[in-house]
Amino acid sequence: MTKEEAENGRDDMIIDGPEQANAVPDGFNANYLRIYYGKLFPHADIFKWLSYGNDGKHPACDKSYVGRREFSFTLENDIYIRFQSFNSVSEMENSIKEKCPFKIDIGPVYSVDPAKRHAYAQSGDNVFTPVERELIFDIDITDYDDVRYCCTGADVCLECWPLMTIAIKVIDTALRDDFGFNHILWAYSGRRGVHCWVCDGKARRLTNEQRAAIADYFRVYKGNENSNKKVSLPGLVLHPFLARSYTEVLKGFFEGKLLSNQNLLSSEERYEKILDMIPDASVTSELRGRWQDNKRSSMSKDDINIVRWEQLKQVLQSGKQKAQGLRRCVEEIVFSYTYPRLDMEVSKHMNHLLKAPFCVHPKTGRVCVPIDPNNCDEFDPTTVPTLSQLLEELNKGGLRQDAENGMFILCNVIYPYDGWDRTSLAESIAFFRSSFLQPLLKSCKEEIESSYNTKLQQSKNNTLSW
Amino acid sequence: MQVVRSHRKSSPSDVVVSTLPLYRSAPPLEVRLEDFELFALDRLRVLKGISDGLSRGRKPEEMEKLAMDLLKANMRHPQATEEVNKDIISHFVLRLVYCRTEELRKWFLSTETALFRYRFRSESSEAQRALMSEFNLPYKAVSNAEFESVKEKLGQVARSMGQSLPTADAVYYKVPFEEVPDLVAARRVFLLKGHAYVAMSQVVSLVVTQFRSHLSKALILTNRKWTSTIRDQEKDRLAPIVEALSSSYLGPDYSQPKEFGEISLKDIDQIARTSFPLCMRHLFEKLREEHHLKHGGRMQLGLFLKGVGLKLDDALAFWKAEFAQKVGAERFDKEYAYNDYTPYSCQKIISSTPGVGDHHGCPYRHFSEENLRAALARMGVSSRTMEDVLDKVRNRHYQLACTLTFEAVHGSPCDTGINHPNQYFIDSQKILQSKNGSVA
Ligand code: SF4
Ligand SMILES: [Zn+2]
Repeated sequence: MTKEEAENGRDDMIIDGPEQANAVPDGFNANYLRIYYGKLFPHADIFKWLSYGNDGKHPACDKSYVGRREFSFTLENDIYIRFQSFNSVSEMENSIKEKCPFKIDIGPVYSVDPAKRHAYAQSGDNVFTPVERELIFDIDITDYDDVRYCCTGADVCLECWPLMTIAIKVIDTALRDDFGFNHILWAYSGRRGVHCWVCDGKARRLTNEQRAAIADYFRVYKGNENSNKKVSLPGLVLHPFLARSYTEVLKGFFEGKLLSNQNLLSSEERYEKILDMIPDASVTSELRGRWQDNKRSSMSKDDINIVRWEQLKQVLQSGKQKAQGLRRCVEEIVFSYTYPRLDMEVSKHMNHLLKAPFCVHPKTGRVCVPIDPNNCDEFDPTTVPTLSQLLEELNKGGLRQDAENGMFILCNVIYPYDGWDRTSLAESIAFFRSSFLQPLLKSCKEEIESSYNTKLQQSKNNTLSW
Repeated sequence: MQVVRSHRKSSPSDVVVSTLPLYRSAPPLEVRLEDFELFALDRLRVLKGISDGLSRGRKPEEMEKLAMDLLKANMRHPQATEEVNKDIISHFVLRLVYCRTEELRKWFLSTETALFRYRFRSESSEAQRALMSEFNLPYKAVSNAEFESVKEKLGQVARSMGQSLPTADAVYYKVPFEEVPDLVAARRVFLLKGHAYVAMSQVVSLVVTQFRSHLSKALILTNRKWTSTIRDQEKDRLAPIVEALSSSYLGPDYSQPKEFGEISLKDIDQIARTSFPLCMRHLFEKLREEHHLKHGGRMQLGLFLKGVGLKLDDALAFWKAEFAQKVGAERFDKEYAYNDYTPYSCQKIISSTPGVGDHHGCPYRHFSEENLRAALARMGVSSRTMEDVLDKVRNRHYQLACTLTFEAVHGSPCDTGINHPNQYFIDSQKILQSKNGSVA
């Protein structure tokens, strides 16, 4: 206890330091990060999550489980250390505090402790291989550069972020309704996209082949810039998953947001890109003719993008075109401009590493906070707490709540990272616990219990039959 | 498996005999040593033919015909009654041959499974049902009430595949989606809360999954037996045959650079121009240009470079320099550090599915004609050869297209054909070496 107090005191001094009270200059550095890991990073929650209930007293717990999980750290000087493993939360926490990694990646659970993989390699029998891994998705805004005009590369703004919102909605609904998964964590990647962790036991035990099947289920893009093919939706009707995604998400976002947000039809260069997707010269020249003529004359207050889109739909969906199968073009255009673009390889293989939630992105200083898929429309990447902002809040809170220090020290016994509840991280951590961690652990307990009972039952039956 | 809504009940008297074995247990037969090897070689010809066909991207219907032709050509036996025995014996011999490493097991598992799939599909529906019951699948057909509740969605799926609507007496099975990955991947089933609704005509997937998982487990067990007892017991008799058999068809392993030793960083641009196959040239150029490659590309190029003999320190320096501007080197470090990955073969590269922003894959397969033309022109392929190459591409003979390119660029024949990017590299270096008297 006294040691903790002493440490707290020291950390506070670093924050207060010689600077003006409370003002924490923007930026990202090892000193800030050290305080973050010391006071804010939810070590215990992360560790509880990755233990999946195997840290209890239940006789069916797999005590070695969490210790076979790979962590890897990227240190300040770009040194990369793989195959870290921890048997307890304090081991993990101490290592993180000591090494102060700029990035923490989480890998699979292996057949044996990854830190001791070499020792096992000699014994021959225990092959070192991944045995469990969350099903993960990585969606990156840089993959949308051909359909957004507001930013390029790693930049995002509120005009293009809806593309990520769409991805969350489409994937999340399918994971739950189609695949029957329940324990899904979405997180901001800290800069240019979102990560998804599907944590159901069933998901963690998928084979690579099954992972690839799920990734392919989500795939509508055939080819890439080398093959100049984009979305192709063959068949008389859309598969129910695509049909639902279209009517419930894509269409609304395209017509209600992106069309005017991104000015998709406002200039010749942009509308030509869309006309390119219509394989019928008579249709495209008709539309082109109309759009070139009324470039100036459009006096109506209506958004030109929307006016033109309505015209395009009208032409393509008229009876004459329906017969020629051009109707699907409207959908193909909408899919091309909105449908989620997944990094397929990340999802297909168990041994991919993914950045842990609650890390801080070194370039933006923003925390990789969880995103609530039910309220993902409200998520704003530009207001996600930054490291310096959090430290400032911590600093203020620390002064204000000095009187209650005793209480925090009491809490320290359980969660030694006091302080977060005084910062804007509070909401994120509370959400992580109540919407993700608690339901997850509850179902893990049930799973452990029921597998134990079946085993008991089996051994009972065996004895009877003797 | 229980078929609830079927009106006919098969009585035990009219047992349908299928000649398709499930290879559940090893044959209790005496095998002559010559047969041991001959049968195995015959089966290998079939499997090799299948894996070639798959790597050329043949369609399922073509594959089915190919498989049946291969069987007819290789698996006949002078005594018709012996054919089943030959089938079983050869399968079990090859299990021994291909159980010994992960790479061998993978190849055998996927090729045997493919063969089984085509054979199953060409059986009569009675025979199929009989085979299914041998597997004892634990699935029930969906009830009428449930069928009604999802009928509309099932119809949507059928029509999305260009099929007619399911009739009222259509039989569907409800199975965990994990058991029909191929149907899920192609969106050929309706999924609801983790269950796939599998039509009777799609049951082949279920059976194949069973076959595959059984064989996969069996291979691990065989491997254990091989290392613990068989290898020593059969040291003088079977073991040499088994070892010779495995190398007779799976090409060499290119994970360790052999022939040309190490290559250093300063030579790499030059060597990329002279000796990289198009797939690697493209990745290499993209990397130089964009200082970024996505995972699939990093793996394909990285493992190739490793096989080519780029020294580890050089390799890391190379990637770090390339990535510094965009990604940071750590991501590659961790991938490159995997020692257990071997460079990808053409077959693997051709069957990959590059997505948006990806540059991996085989240009002959994955480029549009226009882009391929431009790329070939940059390699210095003349317009006449170009037409030959494109002709091969149109017929989906991607490796032959690559072989023609190789021959045109090097001005010398490549009799073995291109099967592996690292083979392309080695053959190219050999030719250049003999021309210059030294490695370029
Ligand atoms: S055939 Fe093989 S070596 Fe040639 S480009 Fe394709 S993958 Fe590369
Ligand atoms: Zn933007």
